[in-house]
Amino acid sequence: MKLLFHLGRYSRLLAKVFAKPEKKRIYFRQFLIELDRLGLDSVGIVFIISIFMGAVITIQTGLNLENPFIPLYLIGYGTRDSMILEFSSTIVSLILAGKVGSNIASEIGTMRVTEQIDALEIMGVNSASYLILPKILAAVFINPFLVILSIFIGIWGGWLGGCVLTDVLTTDAYIVGLRYAFVPFYITYSLFKTVVFAFIITSVSAYMGYFTEGGALEVGRSSTKAVVYSSVLILMFNLILTQLLLA
Amino acid sequence: MIEVRNIYKSFDEVEVLKDISVVFEQGKTNLIIGQSGSGKTVLLKSIVGLHEIDQGEILYGDRNFSAMNFRARKVIRQEIGMVFQGGALFDSATVEENVMYPLDMFTDQSTEEKLERANFCLKRVNIENANDKYPSELSGGMRKRVAIARAISLNPKYLFCDEPNSGLDPKTSILIDNLIKEITEEFQTTTIVNTHDMNSVMEIGDKVVFIYKGVKCWEGSSQDIFDSDNRELNSFVFASKLTKKIKNIQP
Ligand SMILES: Nc1ncnc2c1ncn2[C@@H]1O[C@H](COP(=O)(O)OP(=O)(O)O)[C@@H](O)[C@H]1O
Ligand SMILES: [Mg+2]
Repeated sequence: MKLLFHLGRYSRLLAKVFAKPEKKRIYFRQFLIELDRLGLDSVGIVFIISIFMGAVITIQTGLNLENPFIPLYLIGYGTRDSMILEFSSTIVSLILAGKVGSNIASEIGTMRVTEQIDALEIMGVNSASYLILPKILAAVFINPFLVILSIFIGIWGGWLGGCVLTDVLTTDAYIVGLRYAFVPFYITYSLFKTVVFAFIITSVSAYMGYFTEGGALEVGRSSTKAVVYSSVLILMFNLILTQLLLA
Repeated sequence: MIEVRNIYKSFDEVEVLKDISVVFEQGKTNLIIGQSGSGKTVLLKSIVGLHEIDQGEILYGDRNFSAMNFRARKVIRQEIGMVFQGGALFDSATVEENVMYPLDMFTDQSTEEKLERANFCLKRVNIENANDKYPSELSGGMRKRVAIARAISLNPKYLFCDEPNSGLDPKTSILIDNLIKEITEEFQTTTIVNTHDMNSVMEIGDKVVFIYKGVKCWEGSSQDIFDSDNRELNSFVFASKLTKKIKNIQP
């Protein structure tokens, strides 16, 4: 029953979010602000995660390859496809759920409990749309770029880890692997997942914040819930989308 | 003028407002008084439509607000200014941006015109040289004053204030109270103020409505309060030693 209640309220909120914006210029200004806050501010963390993940995948694959008949260049191939298929889209989205999700929920939650949302409503502003739409659009727009960035950095990190830091394989072999059996559709799949995940992170976190009741303590709770629910949903949709798109 | 007719409001079976009817007059500061938890905020938020009432009617002049849809209400909303209990200033915007916000949203004025209006409103509430400050950098009294400036930026016909001097020292409270009264008389707004502060009642109350546990228990002028023999009102008004003393001194 609780689930149905939340689903109903979530859908009604989204209907309000996607109502026709009143002043497009102001919405666009908010969109640019969110682009900066949700996108550019996340570049650092995406960079760090990706470089380490790429390096570790490469070294681990190298260490686990015991059969001498398997060519080493497959390590590069493995790193590339792991980054594209799973790590850059799903793991980066999970990390962003933690960073961006808690940020959105606490911002909107604080606005709710300090009556800033009431203040917007009283002026006749559609608060749901004004606060949430720019965030959803900004994340859906910018996250694919973050993922592409993550793929490249991950592959670079793989080279640093496997060819520079250790000598798991030679740079030449790594590059051969990177070029081996490339499936362009994997990129489409990865970016499609990212867009869905971006929508989940922003809308679910905004939902948690928007319906906060109480005070500072509840804002903290909403922010935790935002991270937990959006992470679980990301994992569920990862499974569903993989079945639909790749199986 | 705002008229409220027989309104009821409950949350999850708990009745918070019971059969409240009252008329709030134009150009006057109408006070809603009552203990904490008596339903003042719910009443105020019901009148402006932040809570949907279960029964009854709310009229702005001769316009039936409670029967309107969201679109029709928007017209009235733009005639409303509201000062929330904590100020409710937008944290991420400066003082100037806060006051300009309603103008940004609802007028097509140029930036200069908006700035001029914002500065006029800020000056009216005696805030100068703070345009670029953020709400977190302001004192409680300044925050309230900026909130008032934002509330009057669109020249409202109706002004609502929820506990405008909660959390302020007595002297600042009186300044804020008088500011609200002056604005009311100057711009002939219909002003409704929630308060539990007897100082405010004596200072600015043109008309006073006393709410007790969600029911309108008494109404009259601030002068009538001391002569009333309403038991609940008396126990509210003469709760402190100071007010008891005043009652004894009164001839
Ligand atoms: N959104 C809400 N949901 C449930 N109960 C509420 C809500 N808002 C207020 N109440 C209840 O209504 C009663 C009156 O509250 P309120 O109007 O805030 O009192 P006050 O006179 O102090 O402003 C309180 O018992 C409060 O718990
Ligand atoms: Mg209150």
